[in-house]
Amino acid sequence: MSFAAECRAVEKDFGSGETRIRALRSVDLEIPFGELTMLVGPSGCGKTTLLSVIAGVLNATGGEVQVLGERIDSLAGDRLVQFRRKNLGFVFQQFNLLPALTAAENAAIPLLAAGLPRKSSVDRAAQLLAELGMEDRVDAYPAQLSGGQQQRVAFARALVHEPRLLVCDEPTSALDAETGHQVMELLASHAVRPGRATIVVTHDNRVFQFADRIARMEDGRITGVTVNRMSGANASPTGHSHQENEQVNL
Amino acid sequence: MNYVALRMLTGDRAKYLSLIFAIAFSTFLLENQSSIFAGIMKRTTSQILDVTDADVWVMDKKTLYIDEVKALTENDLYRVRGVPGVLWAVRLFKGQPRAKAADGTFRVVVMMGVDDASLVGAPSRDKMILGSVEDLRQPDSVIIDRAGYKFLFPGQPLDLGRTLELNDHLVRIVGIAEASAPFATFPVMFSRYSQAIKFVGRERDQLSFVLVKPQPGIPVRDLCDRIEKYTDLRAVSGRAFAWQTVFYYVKNTGIPVNFGITIGIALIVGAVVAGQTFYIFTIENLKQFGALKAIGVTNGSIVGMILLQALTVAAIGYSIGSGIAGVFFSITLHNDPTRGLVLLWQNMAGVAVAIFFVVFLASLLSVRRVLTLEPAVVFRG
Ligand SMILES: Nc1ncnc2c1ncn2[C@@H]1O[C@H](COP(=O)(O)OP(=O)(O)OP(=O)(O)O)[C@@H](O)[C@H]1O
Ligand SMILES: [Mg+2]
Repeated sequence: MSFAAECRAVEKDFGSGETRIRALRSVDLEIPFGELTMLVGPSGCGKTTLLSVIAGVLNATGGEVQVLGERIDSLAGDRLVQFRRKNLGFVFQQFNLLPALTAAENAAIPLLAAGLPRKSSVDRAAQLLAELGMEDRVDAYPAQLSGGQQQRVAFARALVHEPRLLVCDEPTSALDAETGHQVMELLASHAVRPGRATIVVTHDNRVFQFADRIARMEDGRITGVTVNRMSGANASPTGHSHQENEQVNL
Repeated sequence: MNYVALRMLTGDRAKYLSLIFAIAFSTFLLENQSSIFAGIMKRTTSQILDVTDADVWVMDKKTLYIDEVKALTENDLYRVRGVPGVLWAVRLFKGQPRAKAADGTFRVVVMMGVDDASLVGAPSRDKMILGSVEDLRQPDSVIIDRAGYKFLFPGQPLDLGRTLELNDHLVRIVGIAEASAPFATFPVMFSRYSQAIKFVGRERDQLSFVLVKPQPGIPVRDLCDRIEKYTDLRAVSGRAFAWQTVFYYVKNTGIPVNFGITIGIALIVGAVVAGQTFYIFTIENLKQFGALKAIGVTNGSIVGMILLQALTVAAIGYSIGSGIAGVFFSITLHNDPTRGLVLLWQNMAGVAVAIFFVVFLASLLSVRRVLTLEPAVVFRG
C-alpha cells in the first residue's frame, strides 16, 4: 500500500553543540490516504516540528521524508514551494487570514497564487464557503467574523485547490469547546476523502473521536499509533466512551 | 497576487496614508527647493539672456560674472572691431545707480547702457509693454521694467512720461518693458550708453562689455577663439557667460549650501519616514507573508508584491507632491518678487528618480526581511 506521507528515521535538531535541541529522534510514521491522522502528545514533544517537516516548510536534519511519492527532503527553492502550492492545504492555529481581504478572497489565495483569474478563483472559494455554511459571510472581512467562522474560512483556503494532503496544527485550540467541536465535524465531513490524507496536530482530547488514527508522540519520538474504529462522521457527538481502539504495534 | 498586494497595502489605511503623505511631502519639498534654487541661479543670468541680438560677449579676463565687472577701454572696443569675422561690435554698460521717485521712494536699479547708434542690448520689440525702444534716442530718457515701475510707483497705472532721479540726474520714462527678474529683484532700466555712464557718475573706464555679432557663416565658437587670440580679452557666447555666472554664484555664495541642506533634509525625511513606515508595514504583515510562503507563494512573487506596494505609494505620493508643487509655483509665478521661479520638468524628473530610488531602497529592507523568513514560523503561536 502506498502512503500519502512516509517518514523514515527522521531527525530534527535545533541549534548545535551545548544548546542543541533534539526535536525529532528517529521518527518513523506512515500517513495513509483517506484517513484523518491525529498527532498528539504533551507540549514540546515535537508535533509541530514533525508536521512542518512533512509539510515541507522545515528541513529535517536526517532521515527520509516522502510525500505523495516525492522525496520532499530533496526538493528546494521554488520547486518545493510549487509542490506545496499544488499538493498541500494548510490550517493554522491562528488562522493567519489577510485582514484586508474578504472571506472569499482569503479562501481564494491558493488559486490566485497559482495564477488563476481573480473572478473565477473568488467564485470558487465563495462556493466552497457556502458548502461550509458561510454563504452569507463570503464578503465579510476577518475582523467581522467569529473565531469559528474565521477557521472555516481558513479551511476553505486549505481545501479550495483540492490538495492531496491537508495539514492542520491545533485547528481548535483558539476556539471554545463547542465551536472547536463543530469545526472538527466540518473537517471530518468535508476534508476527509478517499484520495486525500489529513493530518491534525492537537492536544485537545475532546476531538480525538474524529481521528481515524492517532499517533502519540513523546520527547521527539512516536510512542504508538492507534486505529480508531468509531471515528469521524460516524462518531457520536457526545461520547468519547464509544471509542473502540486498537493498538497497532509498538 | 498583485491584487492581494494592493489590497494588503490599502487595507491598513493609516499606514497607507502616512506613507503617501511622507512621500508627497518630500516630493513637494524637493521639487520646490530645487526649482527655486534653479530659478534663483537663472536669475543671476537674466541680464545676459535678455540680450538676444548679439551672440558674443567680450570682457576683461578678470571679469568672472556679470555683476562685478573690470572695465574695458575704448581701445579694446576698436581691437575687437578689427578682428576678422566680426560683423559688428558695440558697447554695453552695466551699473547700479540709485533711483528716486518724486515721493521719495528709492531703490538701487540695474542700469543697462546700450549702444547709442544701434540700441543693441535694449529690450526686444516683443518685450515692450508701453513706448518704443527708439524713444531712447530722446535726451535723458530711460526704459524701465514693469516690476521696477510698480515698485517705484506703487499703485499707479503704467504710464509714460513720469520722471525719476538717478543719482541726481532727472530722467524721463519713455518705455515700459518686461524684463527677466535680476538676482536681487532690483528694477531694471535701459538708456543709451552715453547717458548711462553719466547717471553713474564717473565717465572714465565704464565700458563693461563689448557685444559682438559674427559675420554670417562664422561659428560663434570660432569667433570667440579668434577674438581671444587677437585681443587677450575673454570672449564667450551669451550661454557660456550665463553658465560662468551661475558657477560663480554656486562656488562663492552660501546659496547652494542653503538649498542643499533643505534638499538633503527632504530626502532624508522622505527616505527615513517612508522607509520606516514601509518597513513597519511589512513587519506587521510578516505572519501573513509567512502564511503566503507556506501556502505556496514563491519568493519571486513576494518580492514582486512588495515592490508593487512600494511603487504604488511612491507613484501616488509623487503625483500628489508634484501637484502641490505645481499649485505653489502657479501662484508664485504671478507675484512680482517671485516671477520667473517655475517648476522645471528637469527638476520634476530628477525628483522622480530620487523618490523612486529612495522608496526602492526602503523596500529592499522589507524584501530582505521577508525573503529570510522561514515559512515554518506560521505554525508557531
Ligand atoms: N525554531 C526553533 N528553534 C529552536 N527550538 C525549537 C524551534 N522550534 C521548536 N523548537 C523546540 O523543539 C521542541 C519541539 O517543539 P514543537 O513546537 O514541535 O512542539 P509541540 O509538540 O508542537 O508543542 P506544543 O504542543 O506546545 O505546540 C521544543 O523543545 C521546542 O522548544
Ligand atoms: Mg505545536
